[in-house]
Amino acid sequence: MAATFHGVGATVAALSSSSSSSSPSNSFGSKKLLSSPSRSFSVRKRASFTMVRSEGSMNFDLNSKGRRAQQLIANAVATKADSSPASSSSKPGHELLLFEALREGLEEEMERDPRVCVMGEDVGHYGGSYKVTKGLATKFGDLRVLDTPIAENSFTGMGIGAAMTGLRPVVEGMNMGFLLLAFNQISNNCGMLHYTSGGQFTIPIVIRGPGGVGRQLGAEHSQRLESYFQSIPGIQMVACSTPYNAKGLMKAAIRSENPVILFEHVLLYNLKERIPDEDYICNLEEAEMVRPGEHVTILTYSRMRYHVMQAAKTLVNKGYDPEVIDIRSLKPFDLYTIGNSVKKTHRVLIVEECMRTGGIGASLIAAITENFNDYLDAPIMCLSSQDVPTPYAGTLEEWTVVQPAQIVAAVEQLCQ
Amino acid sequence: MALSHLGASASRSSSLLKPLSSALSLRRPISGDNSPLTVETSVPFTSHQCEAPSRSVETNPKELLTFFRDMALMRRMEIAADSLYKAKLIRGFCHLYDGQEAVAVGMEAAITKKDCIITAYRDHCTFVSRGGTLLEVFAELMGRQAGCSKGKGGSMHFYKKDSNFYGGHGIVGAQVPLGCGLAFAQKYSKDETVTFALYGDGAANQGQLFEALNISALWDLPAILVCENNHYGMGTAEWRAAKSPAYYKRGDYVPGLKVDGMDALAVKQACKFAKEHALKNGPIILEMDTYRYHGHSMSDPGSTYRTRDEISGVRQERDPIERIRKLILSHDLATEKELKDVEKEVRKEVDDAIAQAKESPMPEPSELFTNVYAKGLGVESFGADRKEVRATLP
Repeated sequence: MAATFHGVGATVAALSSSSSSSSPSNSFGSKKLLSSPSRSFSVRKRASFTMVRSEGSMNFDLNSKGRRAQQLIANAVATKADSSPASSSSKPGHELLLFEALREGLEEEMERDPRVCVMGEDVGHYGGSYKVTKGLATKFGDLRVLDTPIAENSFTGMGIGAAMTGLRPVVEGMNMGFLLLAFNQISNNCGMLHYTSGGQFTIPIVIRGPGGVGRQLGAEHSQRLESYFQSIPGIQMVACSTPYNAKGLMKAAIRSENPVILFEHVLLYNLKERIPDEDYICNLEEAEMVRPGEHVTILTYSRMRYHVMQAAKTLVNKGYDPEVIDIRSLKPFDLYTIGNSVKKTHRVLIVEECMRTGGIGASLIAAITENFNDYLDAPIMCLSSQDVPTPYAGTLEEWTVVQPAQIVAAVEQLCQ
Repeated sequence: MALSHLGASASRSSSLLKPLSSALSLRRPISGDNSPLTVETSVPFTSHQCEAPSRSVETNPKELLTFFRDMALMRRMEIAADSLYKAKLIRGFCHLYDGQEAVAVGMEAAITKKDCIITAYRDHCTFVSRGGTLLEVFAELMGRQAGCSKGKGGSMHFYKKDSNFYGGHGIVGAQVPLGCGLAFAQKYSKDETVTFALYGDGAANQGQLFEALNISALWDLPAILVCENNHYGMGTAEWRAAKSPAYYKRGDYVPGLKVDGMDALAVKQACKFAKEHALKNGPIILEMDTYRYHGHSMSDPGSTYRTRDEISGVRQERDPIERIRKLILSHDLATEKELKDVEKEVRKEVDDAIAQAKESPMPEPSELFTNVYAKGLGVESFGADRKEVRATLP
């Protein structure tokens, strides 16, 4: 039924070495373009492969012409792997890396709406420490792409203040961990002003930046802020994981009247994918069906999606049929998609990069148990990172984070 | 900006060749001795709300040779770290200090190991000047057990408690309130020691700095805030980030001193002055005018926001090691060859340390869970089955 998932190809192959060797040597830290998939998998090569991402799903079938997604895809929940929209024949889109997709989304929104501005450290003349804002300062000028001093608390607060009057700032934290300095502004002002003012003020701000465990960046630069922010009422949190949803979520976040925190991941910036030429956005509150299945629901987001997909290959070879959902929306959860999946498979595995205590997984377990307890055949399993500061040593860092082998073992245990 | 110094430096180098007074005219063996020598700093100090110390610095041949050796060691160490990073033995973030060695070395000469130093992530050389070994440095950079933080900290987390080096911090500016806290503890215990809290020109715009400064001034804490102004906060030049780049004046009611950070003797003089001041009058700000040759970190080429001419200009005119070398040669304290031999020795030391560090093993898996909490203190009970029950009082 479901096609083999080779579509994520290059990216999964590149990430695979992180689980096998003790000293990962793949060049993820560099900005080189990823080469075509060739590495250590013994997956049977299929003539066609499909990447399912959205309702108007993209067909990466090399044999036939790729078919296009419709104009302005707002719905991101796929139905079946092989279904494709009745679309007019159009250009196959263009290929780019995830950070370029973010930039495209940002640029398009800045062109579309003159109230959109960017502020952050080294976003302007330097081009952004991960190149997401490269070229924007030359194009839009210093007033719309602002290089701030190193004062996160202040410039986040200023962004929120500007948003109160109707401007639509995009605040970049050079690393999400630095936004801890702005926690008060994000929690008390960003999240609560719409409520405490009785609806008078909306805060259409987007706070974005890379987070997550990278390649030996040290404890302070490997934090997962989604678990700290998830309790703040009034904000929305989304996590992008592919160039397609990165651009879509960026655009949707900017257009949203609510404050949105967009979590990117340090290791995913160089993912390559072909995305549509047309304007499209991704729904902020919807999860993405990555791989439909029957046996077990695997809920994940951001970088762990790729560990899960890698594990899925092994699982398929072993005869399992996992359903993989990239939850994308971390606050609020898309309980509709998740619920439908639970009703079908009756088993849930959550794979996240947050720490065990108080992470997104913990909240997800609570939400699923509350709403879908009757449909569960087994207790929900959650694989999270260890409750430790991320160590610098490569081997220790690997053990901190969930690896594909653990995912395979967990599914096997769940499906007994 | 850094460029303004290039013009003035030509006259500076000539003054080095004319020592004010020298007790000896004969050359002594390279091990040097303690006979006094007075040297003038490159530029006079500029002060804010206080009287600047004298330009004449008391030193001696031994000290100068020690400066030379230590700075050469630090320079070599940082360049070796650069190569190791490119060979992917060091990963993640690596912020190099080459060009700024005079600050670490000059500061150390003015204080004792009982005084505290705390700095940000550009901490390799400060760690060494506080007594850290090369093995600890390279092993930590490569994530090995022999590292100063057992491989769990990395480049930005070097600490040495027994010589009062408090790190090693990744978040910009967060170390300054910590430093003021160290000063508070020193005042509390009546130690007659001071704390040097180092930060960069980028961090100078952090609010927490001014908060900590206010409290330190209010409570008369022996805190010395040292701004290592290398003129760039990653890719942003100081004039684009600060309305007033006169960092030594930004304390307002707190006195400040601007120092040529490429002149180890000036740094020493300033730190000595600052220590005396802080013990009597409370906080003081030192601005060290310095420069980094590398980019912000190994992932930053360092040439997109400044010209190569600027970098090589500073290297030619103001390099701290060259300044000391010229001083030593002009006073006949050692020959060219002897200095070159020192550099060779230092190079070998670094290479040996790297080889030794490579032998050190990676941390054990169980190390992942150690040092999260400080255990063994007599009152614990963790776990679903209370396996770690212990309730004896120490």
